[in-house]
Amino acid sequence: MSSSARSTVFFIGAAGLAVFLLWGLTGLPDFGNFRGDYGLLLNRVGVEQTSATNIVAAVTFDYRGFDTMAEEFILFAAVLGTALLLRAQREEEEEPAEDMAQDRRPPHDSDAVRELCLGLVAPAVLFGLYVVAHGHLSPGGGFQGGVVLATAPLLMYLAGEFAGLRTLSPRTVVELAEGTGAASYVGVGLVGLGTSVSFMKNFLPLGRAGDLLSSGTILILNFAVGLAVAAGFVLLLTEFLEQTLEVRRRSRA
Amino acid sequence: MNFLPYVVAAYLLVIGLYGMVTSRNLIHMVVCLSVVQSSTYVVLLSIGYRLDATAPIFVDIPVGTRAVDPIVQALTLTDVVIGVTVSALLLALAVQVHKRSGTLDPNGLSSLKG
Amino acid sequence: MEELAALGVAVPLVTAALVSGAAVFLPRRIIEFVSIAAAAVTSACCLLLLAEASEAPLVYWFGGWVPRSGLAVGIAFVVDPMGAALAAFAGALVTAALVFSWRFFDAIGALYHSLMLVFLAGIVGLCFSGDLFNMFVFLGVLSVAAFALTGYKIEEAGPLQGAMNFALTNSIGAFLLLWGIALLYGRTGALNLAQMGESLGTRPDALVMAAFALVVAGFFIKAAIVPFHFWLADAYATAPLPVCILLGGVVSELGLYGVARVYWTVFEGPLSSVASELRTILLVAAATTAVVGAVMSFAQHHLQRMLAFSVIAHAGLFLVGLATLTPAGLSGAAVYMLADGLVKASLFMCVGILQHRLGGVDEYHLRGRGRRFVATAALFVVGALALAGLPPFGTYVGKALIEEEAKLLGLAWVTPLFVLVSALTGGALLRAAGRVFVGWGPPIEHADEVSQAEGEEQEAETVAGRERTPAVMFVPALLLGAAAFAVPFVPGLLAGSEAAAEAFTDRTAYVEEVLAGEFRRIPAAPAHAGPKSEELVPGFLSVAGALGLAAFTLGSNRLPSRWRRAIWNSAGRIVVGLRNLHSGHPGDYVAWLTFGVALLGGAFGVALR
Repeated sequence: MSSSARSTVFFIGAAGLAVFLLWGLTGLPDFGNFRGDYGLLLNRVGVEQTSATNIVAAVTFDYRGFDTMAEEFILFAAVLGTALLLRAQREEEEEPAEDMAQDRRPPHDSDAVRELCLGLVAPAVLFGLYVVAHGHLSPGGGFQGGVVLATAPLLMYLAGEFAGLRTLSPRTVVELAEGTGAASYVGVGLVGLGTSVSFMKNFLPLGRAGDLLSSGTILILNFAVGLAVAAGFVLLLTEFLEQTLEVRRRSRA
Repeated sequence: MNFLPYVVAAYLLVIGLYGMVTSRNLIHMVVCLSVVQSSTYVVLLSIGYRLDATAPIFVDIPVGTRAVDPIVQALTLTDVVIGVTVSALLLALAVQVHKRSGTLDPNGLSSLKG
Repeated sequence: MEELAALGVAVPLVTAALVSGAAVFLPRRIIEFVSIAAAAVTSACCLLLLAEASEAPLVYWFGGWVPRSGLAVGIAFVVDPMGAALAAFAGALVTAALVFSWRFFDAIGALYHSLMLVFLAGIVGLCFSGDLFNMFVFLGVLSVAAFALTGYKIEEAGPLQGAMNFALTNSIGAFLLLWGIALLYGRTGALNLAQMGESLGTRPDALVMAAFALVVAGFFIKAAIVPFHFWLADAYATAPLPVCILLGGVVSELGLYGVARVYWTVFEGPLSSVASELRTILLVAAATTAVVGAVMSFAQHHLQRMLAFSVIAHAGLFLVGLATLTPAGLSGAAVYMLADGLVKASLFMCVGILQHRLGGVDEYHLRGRGRRFVATAALFVVGALALAGLPPFGTYVGKALIEEEAKLLGLAWVTPLFVLVSALTGGALLRAAGRVFVGWGPPIEHADEVSQAEGEEQEAETVAGRERTPAVMFVPALLLGAAAFAVPFVPGLLAGSEAAAEAFTDRTAYVEEVLAGEFRRIPAAPAHAGPKSEELVPGFLSVAGALGLAAFTLGSNRLPSRWRRAIWNSAGRIVVGLRNLHSGHPGDYVAWLTFGVALLGGAFGVALR
């Protein structure tokens, strides 16, 4: 369709969509006065039933832990898909990034950026682990912590050490880590199935609310998710960076 | 002002779709898709919000304090993860489309006509 | 016994994770074997669940979180016969597709197998789920796997654009569904289907209609109902054939299953007062889809794209069955979906054989080159006839049941619609068969009719073994075709389908089972006599129509040129206009999508008055 035809069709549609959306939204309870029995119930009994003080984590990893498992596999499938889509093809080859303009002096890497980034790698890892481990106590958890963990390799790239990044996180190890993280999530569920006929049941001792080692399987699942997310994001990162830095069309001799 | 969050959500949805329809660059289209997605975050979180309530984290406040709805927060978390992963996949596709067709302009991609 | 439901999802997922993690250490044979085994085990679980659920539905609460005083706390899987049957069918198709791609498919490490297993897990989860957000998440699982698998052949531009269009439109669909879920949660405070249905009351209002429009739009995008259908032809035309087997056999059915499930558990209470308006809206959508799909299918010469449009057309026909909003219509649609899915899968496999042996899937490009493939030709022709509704194939039975129900409701136009659509889709394939396997028909048609889309040499998907058709490719195709034939003869299938449909549409029983744990036995329906014999007339009529159309187009160069010009001026222009609408431009697709959602919302809003 021509651009104007497309816009016309769209504007009619958008007008209609806006009207019926807003009309439907008026049926919602007043903003700030949500009743929601489901949420109210879990806020009341969550701490006692799961020993997790972060009710959102209790919902994500215990009450609705099955949803999170499926979501984990969406991440898994997307990472695999990206690896599939960005694979080197027959007519391409991966060559180590080399200087294309050897007669010119490259701009000097900023020492400040380099030092700062390399200096932040260890704190990033530490902070990521902290966020993962404390997910059941305060805001955070596997997903958030996993992403923080994944910034550590990104910082290395920013510091100019892409080659170092590749050596530290070889493809096989990262893929293994991702698969392990995803599989162990299901594994926890299966153990629950085996021990108490209930997939995803929180079968470990719950401990005391507020302790680091509490809330049973929620802690374990946080780590499984953290591992899978961190590995997944590192894979995504290296895939995209490889595409831009290393993959070149095979030169026709 | 009670209705404003919902209006914002509806606006984000429509403007994101507008961006996708009139886009001339596939990467721009993917980002507009994230705008559409952010409309779902706003609507979910606005629905679950309670006035004069705090986060549902009962570490230093007693259980039973007025807190916002935790379910929509969990739903939004899931939604964010889904959105990120789909964006990654779409961007990978865009990279390869550019390599194959030499352009990111949807008007220039025509191998699927008819 | 209910634990099998959890395994139906856990087995493919854990296998996918392990296989991809250990891919570097495992030889290809092991990866393939393990994947096929996992798919087969999942199908077996689903079949066992089907047997168990045929007596009474199974409810399984994850994490042991059973409802507290009628309030659902966790996520439930509710396995009823319809859901279990769809899941088992999908499992069988995935197993068949993995067998089909044994050895010869150019698989990259374990990525292909992992993604196929994740796809299967998503389907099983969607079929069993009793929680609307859980359905949304599993829909996401199967969609993401499908996006990645569609863009598999990254060497060509077509698959990448197809995957792009697929991903963009289907993601919008998922977000629209989420909007609907948000609205429903805001009203009911629940995510469990039974709970939502209980809380919605009996009168519809603005929010209920808006939520229904959004949810239906989200699922219709997946099911490729007009005007949300544009992505499907692009995606199916360019995806690798083993993936097409799944996409064509089961994805549209899943979209329609989602609509049916959500309607009968959540919305039936409030919307039963506007049922007749609802029926009209759905029937209009269904009829438009069927006609557009059929016409476009007939106008294609790229075999995969032709089949893709016939998937759209038949999805319209399935929707006709569902739109009757009665158990009998639902039952007919279910039988039709089963048989049609089997036939489509078999046809896609035949196309895959052609692609493997001859390196192309274009009707003109392959003209006459299929002369030696007698077995494949026979299977292809039989499949095309089955698609046209040849009695006594399952496709005929399903269609006849829907037509009967429509007549009972006073919808006399349904039978002619079915005849027309089946004739067009069957005719297109018969024409292709005549051209490819026998060499009939003019070599190339008018230059202005040839679309720019396909026709080029396609990059081969398979490696080696081109001298003979491998058994792993032919045998599954044959088995699926035979199964489509056998569907009406399976003892108890038709009666079971009726009973299952009755159970599916019984909202009160569903709520009791899920929230209160009180199970009602599904009453066994009396033995089904099959469709009435007067339905044989439209059945044979559509087959005759298909043969006629095929013969007509194959022999068109023998017609006097005056006739040809007349036909071209009348029908041809419409077809060309329609084809130009399918431009491949994602902006166009999103514009039509928005328009369609607004149309649905507006129609439902008007129905409210």
